[in-house]
Amino acid sequence: MELRETLLGMLERDSRLLPEDLAERLGLQIEEVASELGAMVDEQVICGYHTLINWDKTKREFVTALIEVKVSPQHGMGFDKIARRIYLFDEVKAVYLMSGGFDLTVIVEGDNIKDIAYFISDKLAPMESVLSTATHFVLKKYKDHGIVIERQKKPDERMIVSP
Amino acid sequence: MSQRIKELPFSGIRKFFDVAKEIKGAISLGVGEPDFDTPWNIRAEAIYQLENGSTAYSSNAGLLELRQEISRYMRERFHLEYSPLSQIVVTVGASEGIDIAMRAIIEPGDEVLLVEPCFVSYKPCVLMAGGVPVIAAPKAENGFRLRPEDLEGKIGPKTKAILISYPSNPTGAIMDLHDLELLAEIFIKHDLCVISDEIYAELTYGQEHVSIASLPGMAERTIVLNGFSKAYAMTGWRLGYACGPASVMEAMLKIHQYVLMCAPTTSQHAGIEALKNGAASVRAMKSEYDGRRRVIVSGLREMGLDCFEPKGAFYAFPSIKSTGLSSDDFCMRLLKQERVAAVPGNAFGECGEGFIRCSYASSIDSLKEALKRIGRFLESL
Ligand SMILES: Cc1ncc(COP(=O)(O)O)c(C=O)c1O
Repeated sequence: MELRETLLGMLERDSRLLPEDLAERLGLQIEEVASELGAMVDEQVICGYHTLINWDKTKREFVTALIEVKVSPQHGMGFDKIARRIYLFDEVKAVYLMSGGFDLTVIVEGDNIKDIAYFISDKLAPMESVLSTATHFVLKKYKDHGIVIERQKKPDERMIVSP
Repeated sequence: MSQRIKELPFSGIRKFFDVAKEIKGAISLGVGEPDFDTPWNIRAEAIYQLENGSTAYSSNAGLLELRQEISRYMRERFHLEYSPLSQIVVTVGASEGIDIAMRAIIEPGDEVLLVEPCFVSYKPCVLMAGGVPVIAAPKAENGFRLRPEDLEGKIGPKTKAILISYPSNPTGAIMDLHDLELLAEIFIKHDLCVISDEIYAELTYGQEHVSIASLPGMAERTIVLNGFSKAYAMTGWRLGYACGPASVMEAMLKIHQYVLMCAPTTSQHAGIEALKNGAASVRAMKSEYDGRRRVIVSGLREMGLDCFEPKGAFYAFPSIKSTGLSSDDFCMRLLKQERVAAVPGNAFGECGEGFIRCSYASSIDSLKEALKRIGRFLESL
């Protein structure tokens, strides 16, 4: 794999890795890694860094909804523009253009169900291009970003010394 | 108790294990198995087969579909041709393969060359089969690769076979094509049988594994042992295989049939899934090991230990001679003082004295913590 993809793969799994960590694990010079990372930030290949949190274990209460949105793109108002009008709302955490039975997946967070109902009835549904919405609330997250979050960490069961 | 078994020592690893297991909160660099769980698709297949009630014995040599998959894998991966019908025996780990290979070929008094430092069971298996182990010791300065000169004076009229294992446990050494060519010439000249334990074949870094059996004139005199333990993180499944000339395989199958009947059937089904759909998981684990390998080797070097670059398996084998301590003392004191378990090199043969085996089959975080503690330990000396 190319350096770029290798670095991204490693950072996607652990965004805390510093250039020196990456360099050490790949057997490269820190400068080489740092300049590749810098270039990727400039080119917006790297768009941000995340911490994966299991909010269920905290006091914060909020709800997440996945909304299936059907839209009717029109001249001068294609999917990208409609998506932009939606994703600029702060409560919208993700927007994807989909193949299949609906057009956009919109993931929204709010403090409670009322917040989300308000967002849909007042912001999303009234948009001219939006034909219909179907809202699904998230009840529990099992796995996110490739990491199983609901499972207890298992102790290392291996014998401490083995051949 | 039989004299032969009475005389057989317990492995040095076991001795060390008895002490280490009492130390609370120890970080272990002593583990000879992957820290990953078996990939889920493989476990799921085994569960499915259990649900399905596939719980009977398999044929002695193993499920035919598994042997066919092994045959395909050996061809595609290492350019080796083995007939699923007559040249492959599915074993209870490579461990069983080592034992039944020895018993199948050794006459009482036959000499078998072992390349130390090596896996702990080779010598006992030779002894239990009535053979006489003769030790060759490759040099650290040659990166623990076996060189023709290491065999000088070791091969005589009684020499029947040589057991080699690359990538090596405990040194992490590998052999490239040229290294193997030099040896193959000698093995052919002296008409030796070669037992090649290639259990770490998938775990090489920077270059691909070459099997000695793939060299001209070698397939007919080589028994290749391999298994699922290391590559697919399947140590507890107890599944391996032996491949070689039909006549030897028939002899090994005879022993296997009387002693074990067959390898566990559930594990065999899991093995089929591993060979069919496991390659991506192997690649992911290998790339993780590779990063850790660099971390541990550079960490050990930074604290002044001489550590040649291991290019296979998941072990580093630094020299601790500069400390003036014996391997046993070093490991015992490191364990008690800093609660880090590493295995004394002499557990793998006398010539391992002056070295310790550090397994990097652990998370980077625990490797880094272990390195910190080793550094502190060295400073205290
Ligand atoms: C060199 C070598 N051969 C064989 C084995 C045994 O493998 P298996 O689990 O297939 O019996 C090991 C395990 O540590 C090993 O290191």
